[in-house]
Amino acid sequence: MADEQKSDGPQQPPAAGGGAKPAPPKPPGPGGTPGAAGGHAAPPKPPATMAATPWDSELSREIKERFGDQISETSTYLGQNFIVCKPEAAVAVIEYLKLEADFDYLVDVTAVDWPKRAERFDVVYILYSFARNERVRVKTFIADGYQPESVVRVHLTANWLEREVFDMFGIEFAGHPDMRRILMPEEWDGYPLRKDYGIIQQDQRWVQENLGIESAQ
Amino acid sequence: MPDATFLDSTELVLNMGPQHPSTHGVLRVILKLDGEKVLGTECVIGYLHRGVEKIAENRTYAQFNPYVDRMDYVAAISNGLGYCLAVEKMLNVEAPPRAQAVRVILTELNRIASHLLWLGTHALDIGAITPVFYCFREREEALKIFEKYCGARLTTHAFRIGGLQYETYEGFEKECLEFCDMFLPKVDEYEELLTNNRIWVGRLKGVGVLSGDECKEYGVTGPVLRAAGVKWDLRKAQPYSGYEKYDFEIPIGQNADTYDRYLVRMEEMRQSVRIIRQAVEGIPEGPIMGKVGKVIKPPVGEAYVSIEAPKGELGYYVVSDGSTQPYRVRVRPPSFVNLQALDRMVAGGLVADVVAIIGTLDIVLGEVDR
Repeated sequence: MADEQKSDGPQQPPAAGGGAKPAPPKPPGPGGTPGAAGGHAAPPKPPATMAATPWDSELSREIKERFGDQISETSTYLGQNFIVCKPEAAVAVIEYLKLEADFDYLVDVTAVDWPKRAERFDVVYILYSFARNERVRVKTFIADGYQPESVVRVHLTANWLEREVFDMFGIEFAGHPDMRRILMPEEWDGYPLRKDYGIIQQDQRWVQENLGIESAQ
Repeated sequence: MPDATFLDSTELVLNMGPQHPSTHGVLRVILKLDGEKVLGTECVIGYLHRGVEKIAENRTYAQFNPYVDRMDYVAAISNGLGYCLAVEKMLNVEAPPRAQAVRVILTELNRIASHLLWLGTHALDIGAITPVFYCFREREEALKIFEKYCGARLTTHAFRIGGLQYETYEGFEKECLEFCDMFLPKVDEYEELLTNNRIWVGRLKGVGVLSGDECKEYGVTGPVLRAAGVKWDLRKAQPYSGYEKYDFEIPIGQNADTYDRYLVRMEEMRQSVRIIRQAVEGIPEGPIMGKVGKVIKPPVGEAYVSIEAPKGELGYYVVSDGSTQPYRVRVRPPSFVNLQALDRMVAGGLVADVVAIIGTLDIVLGEVDR
């Protein structure tokens, strides 16, 4: 317990900085970045939301037509296209992209934690098409405890990638063939990449039982 | 899985690693065997997990830069290049041409060093003891150049966000060209030892086949994908750091087996030499640092940038909240993703082939576990 309190110190800045600007609904507010940005003067405050522009192409139109209001956004930022869809539709969108648009290589599955947002996690799928030489990201926003459908049946490579997301964020994928931790010990308590998990925080009980030492710090 | 096989013998579970010399670090593989035949495997990983992605969220962008070297520590320069490119993308800056050329030279030298380490240890695993000494002899020469350039041999921290910190040393170009002249005949020498060696061929041909479609299914990239006949290399497909200016080939294989992966990597070393020569000859004068402020503070947003590391596609997905520390850094490690295909590659083979297949995947556990 004592350790947990100590760990609050270094963990503070990103949490404070992150909570202040969960992406979508916030208009550019000048008071947006306290805490982390403190030390120096930075006159032109960057806007608190990502300056993405709408992505309009044959593919984005096709997807919107096919999935309708399941797709909430098709945008591009820094020349990289992404689709934001409802969590229920993610696997269907990825499957559609694989079968109809040649996005046959799932590069990565990952998540981002926004603790102050109602839909706490971004789940991000990065896809690539060999035929088009093009990348696209599929993003969904999910609440803590929501179990998104596993994409393993479409892309086998998602097996370990989703396990890592589960390991680090505690997002369980429904229908995954082997939903266990992958990098952390199986009995470990807590999900390290959540923002409320301190950088030196540890599962004291596990460390004492398995390593036979008081603390691993 | 059935309890008994047609021979009416029971299944044997054999533990391999994490302290096993041929697992190249701390990989633990649980093998299910029927005699010498492998029925299935399970990889246990995470022994080297240091929480690199968590550390990133608690450091500034520049402070995190040296940490990435500790993932794939035999190709630290590639790791650094990918990270710097990702942050530069978010800042919307580009390294100046001179910095890009130096980056290419060092990255390709590092690719050679990484492939040499792979070749030496892979051959050692299979029972050829000589190549490892030759490989380390030549690798040493590449490491000497790194040491002279930035003071470190392994975890180099060679690049900075926006370009380079150090100008090249006196005689850098000459030494790189000398390395190329020295190295190219050595590749033939290795090939003389191995390519037509009956034991080598017997141990590698037809072992661990992973077809192009299977590679795509499993997300396997790098030499493993190219040995399956897929001509895909990020340096050509989505060039970065000026790779589009250099003339080089992407070697591919046909049989998608361990032997072809060996041939592909040997040819890649030759192609790296070609790239280094062109980069050294065309190295422009000029500044080495782009317009990056003292405090690195990318605007709110996200980017995914990937490069062709010696092991495959190495990607960084960086999310910024507009502060001086990254909100999230996700590393897409080629070794981690490639290792997942191990089960498919060894199933049905012999237990001795497991060693050959772990070697041919060319994994680095520091990158698998991060």
